[in-house]
Amino acid sequence: MLKFKTYLCPDTIEEALEHNKGRANVVLGGTGWLKMGDRSWNTAIDLKHLGLDQIEETDDAFRVGAMVTLRQLEIHPGLDTYTCGAMRESVRHIVGVQFRNCATVGGTLWGRYGFSDVLTCLMVLSADVVLAKGGAVPLTEFAAMKPDDDILTHLVIRKIPLRMAYASFRNTETDLPTLTAAVASVPGGLRAAIGARPARAERVEAEGETALLSAVSNLSYGSNTRGGGDYRRHLAGVLTRRCLEQLRGGEYE
Amino acid sequence: MILKLSLNGRPISADIPADQSLLDFLRAQGCYSVKRGCETSNCGLCTVWLDGAPVLSCNMPAVRAMGRSVTTLEGVRAQAEEFGGYLADQGGDQCGFCNPGLIMNVLAMERELTDPTEADIDEYLAGNLCRCTGFVSQKRAILAWLKRGDKE
Ligand SMILES: Cc1cc2nc3c(=O)[nH]c(=O)nc-3n(C[C@H](O)[C@H](O)[C@H](O)COP(=O)(O)OP(=O)(O)OC[C@H]3O[C@@H](n4cnc5c(N)ncnc54)[C@H](O)[C@@H]3O)c2cc1C
Ligand code: FES
Ligand code: FES
Repeated sequence: MLKFKTYLCPDTIEEALEHNKGRANVVLGGTGWLKMGDRSWNTAIDLKHLGLDQIEETDDAFRVGAMVTLRQLEIHPGLDTYTCGAMRESVRHIVGVQFRNCATVGGTLWGRYGFSDVLTCLMVLSADVVLAKGGAVPLTEFAAMKPDDDILTHLVIRKIPLRMAYASFRNTETDLPTLTAAVASVPGGLRAAIGARPARAERVEAEGETALLSAVSNLSYGSNTRGGGDYRRHLAGVLTRRCLEQLRGGEYE
Repeated sequence: MILKLSLNGRPISADIPADQSLLDFLRAQGCYSVKRGCETSNCGLCTVWLDGAPVLSCNMPAVRAMGRSVTTLEGVRAQAEEFGGYLADQGGDQCGFCNPGLIMNVLAMERELTDPTEADIDEYLAGNLCRCTGFVSQKRAILAWLKRGDKE
């Protein structure tokens, strides 16, 4: 249950930062995750007046506002083409359309959830998050940072030449994933990100496929109710191979 | 705080607690079609439209609807009854508890997708759970509903 006493919609990011000082107040994304907790907050800060709900595409980059919903990511034609369908594939299994019309990019990245399909997919891109106080930070670095009282305003995806694929495994449709994998072919080599290990997605890089598969296998894998560590390591190899197959233009079952 | 919005085409102004959920607000306004199921965003029973897009009313503070347009099943009664007939024909409702949320999402899907395939339908409606039907009879009803123009 999400509980708060006061609700504010600041008109400037400076005002939002001012209200976000201290631990009694909270920034609202799509409130999907916040609602699962039982904390009572003093003030809820809604960023809806800050113009952060658009995806802007230029020749060099996509600039995605923090209030953009997962559904917007899923159906954006430019992102779909650039990511070879991987962006859509990473989002489309998350709960349902109604949920994806609420959940935001800001709340998703800020949470740095271990199970996050979206974080896994974005990790193989050349992406930065823009923080109101901290400025631009590479996503791979941001994912390892501890949450503080900053505010995420944008995600910037730089358009480097790339081919990519995404795959996840769930015990049942719409459940949290048991394992997530993204693979990209970029100038100079291959990148893979494996998430839901159940720890947060981590990226590895290699020049060739064999070295990439070995790096994926050497990541740490743990156990929870969705799967054991050894099973996850095996799944990671399977999903990585499927992604590689897709990059080569092949089909997989 | 004072919440002003359009509910099923009518302007509404109400004094509500700042953190009231849209689900509780709508039920307090007499929109009893909006059902409380899981309250954890998983079942789709509480589906309503916000500016025409399907959202989970259990997942949204009502204040977020300030100045916007909210539609519940009460606002699309004629269409809902017509589609309800297709569900009944196919045995697609048993206890019927999931119906309002399903109907709101099927009508939204029909507006948003052109010629959806069965896979598209499954994907769009994945967030609407039904404990009774096993989805097969619901799917028959949806396919028949989407093809209804073909016979005219
Ligand atoms: C039932 C359920 C099932 C899910 N299943 C999946 C799944 O299968 N795969 C998957 O990848 N994800 C899944 N998720 C996670 C979901 O996709 C979102 O990532 C999650 O709900 C957070 O996004 P939100 O917009 O709801 O954020 P909120 O819940 O509003 O916020 C989350 C956190 O981020 C903070 N925050 C929000 N925006 C900002 C900002 N701009 N700057 C700073 N801090 C901010 C909030 O204060 C809060 O601490 C699931 C979530 C739920 C509730
Ligand atoms: S009651 Fe809202 S999704 Fe179940
Ligand atoms: S008919 Fe009973 S839950 Fe769907």
